[in-house]
Amino acid sequence: MRKCSLDKIDLVFAQIAKNAALYLPVDQTDGSAAYKKWEEGTVWSGALNTVRSPKDFFFPQTEDLMRFKTEGKNIEIIDTRTEGEDFVVFGVRACDVKSFDILDRVFLSEPVDSFYANRRAHGVIVSLACTRPSETCFCKTFGIDPAEPAGDITAWKTETEIFFRANTEKGEQLLSKIAALTEDSDDAVVKAQKEQIGKIMDKLPLKNVTTDGFGGGKTDELFNRPEWDELSQSCLGCGTCTFVCPTCQCYDIKDFNTGNGVIRYRCWDSCMYSEFTRMAHGNNRLTQKERFRQRFMHKLVYYPENNDGLFSCVGCGRCLAKCPISMNIVKVMKKIGGETK
Amino acid sequence: MQKVTREQLLNKASELLSNGTVSCVLGWAAGEFDYDVTPKMFNCVEELNAGFVFNDFCGANVSKYLVARAGKCEGKILVFLKPCDTYSFNQLLTEHRFDREKVYAVGIPCEGMADIAKVKAVCGDGISSIDTTGEDMKVTTLYADAPVSVAAADVLAERCINCKSKKHVAYDELMGEEGDVIDSARFDEVARLEAMSPDERFAFWQNELSRCIRCNACRDACPACTCEKCVFDNPNSGVENKSPANSFEEKLFHIIRAFHVAGRCTDCGECSRVCPQNIPLHLLNRKFIKDINEFYGDYQAGAEVGSRAPLVNYTTEDLEPGEVFDRRDNNA
Repeated sequence: MRKCSLDKIDLVFAQIAKNAALYLPVDQTDGSAAYKKWEEGTVWSGALNTVRSPKDFFFPQTEDLMRFKTEGKNIEIIDTRTEGEDFVVFGVRACDVKSFDILDRVFLSEPVDSFYANRRAHGVIVSLACTRPSETCFCKTFGIDPAEPAGDITAWKTETEIFFRANTEKGEQLLSKIAALTEDSDDAVVKAQKEQIGKIMDKLPLKNVTTDGFGGGKTDELFNRPEWDELSQSCLGCGTCTFVCPTCQCYDIKDFNTGNGVIRYRCWDSCMYSEFTRMAHGNNRLTQKERFRQRFMHKLVYYPENNDGLFSCVGCGRCLAKCPISMNIVKVMKKIGGETK
Repeated sequence: MQKVTREQLLNKASELLSNGTVSCVLGWAAGEFDYDVTPKMFNCVEELNAGFVFNDFCGANVSKYLVARAGKCEGKILVFLKPCDTYSFNQLLTEHRFDREKVYAVGIPCEGMADIAKVKAVCGDGISSIDTTGEDMKVTTLYADAPVSVAAADVLAERCINCKSKKHVAYDELMGEEGDVIDSARFDEVARLEAMSPDERFAFWQNELSRCIRCNACRDACPACTCEKCVFDNPNSGVENKSPANSFEEKLFHIIRAFHVAGRCTDCGECSRVCPQNIPLHLLNRKFIKDINEFYGDYQAGAEVGSRAPLVNYTTEDLEPGEVFDRRDNNA
């Protein structure tokens, strides 16, 4: 384990940014935090987390897939893919790091999504332990330990110091680049912090939210539960939950007519939207209840069914904080599943 | 702290359900915490007792739900309306969006609603409880040894700081005392933006709108946005878009929406309340309201049912289109 004084953190950032684009949470003018590219003078945010999740780095909201250029009767197909550049995402929380595993299973299984794979290959994740979780946090429900986030490097921050531990070869390489700014350390401080975090976790109001009652094979049992009516009744049908979600991965592919060709691009889609997965025959989910149910059945039943029981929620709490009408996965899990462990 | 309590509303709702005046109740349901309130349709007294809540976090304007709900249950729906909600209620009636006969409206006083982000800015994150029954709010967090007292005025939502009216413009029954229309400072921020140079103003909106994630929450919460099929959801419209293709489209969506609700927006502030990125969208609408007031005389959408809004009316006194050029020289 390596450590360095927080006084030197800007030097660490500068050193990392010499070799790769460095992104880290920065306070915005509205008081929330967002990942921004580091440059001289950038101040690392002390916020617990960003409104938008770091899935944006691997699966951006919009991206061009290819272009078509028409000249007379010829259509030229242009591959717009380029080899990405190395980048580092700094300060990713345990929940969000776990979300990459969930996205990987979708985008890196056959057929591999080359756009996503390219970014994953070039990205280095430096995670950060959470010392002050919010009341909306429930990562523990999904077996995530906020004191021990995964990633290429795990970091623990105290009032005065930051500790780093490399978990992968990519992480080792990055740590070696900042070796001159860090020094060897035992893990006493980190151990104490982990214990402290454990105590807070036991006090979190959502600590008893359980996945019992959900999982693969539960479709028949849960699909027609009467509670869906009540749960979905006030849903506005906006896409806030899906767009702030670190694990929502649905997208639409569209063609943009440029006048003399086409840009084929993809953009995030939301199962809450009326045109989601519209097919030639029309729409297959006509009411908001059906669209609402799709979102939670996907996360809690369909995804685990296809992915060895892994749920596609990480308990980051963004949807709890941001839903305009405060309806969310916790309320669904408590109503449909069961109250507590 | 609200002047009318949960118990008073609960008693009123129970009474109206029991005597058959209404068959269901549109109100607010308690959540996991003391602040995550969800609009909900209650069908019986037992449901009300179990979940009904009224506190400083019942900001959601439930008027729009009447478009989908009125006439869907047997008998009338009881709806509790705060003063600002009554303007939306009237505007929806003006646009024939629901059947007035199917609704029993109870006007309730409002002391202004709290913004949870402001509470957290004062007390910190990790909120375990918020007691709103006293003069001051008592906030208990995971990280403070003792509850923190917060003055309600310090955590008021922006739209409530600039509350335009404590008067109910529609109701069948009123609880508590009637208030007055307020001469608020709600246009001050618009005036500040008008005083900027075009470049400064562009930079301001660039900064704000660049955060947009195009979740459509502003549109979907807006009581003036009740199109059966929004042009932005219609694949045949040519402008249907699930995310902004570029920074131009990002701004286009909000500006078009502001134009579409111009003259109909009551300034209820739901757009800014629901924005996950805290974009002050209400300022776009307020700019239109301010302009309409200045061009055509004071007009408040929703103040009365059936009023002819200046933009859909014509009088020989209307200003000439050339006015825009005179104003351009003044930056506005």
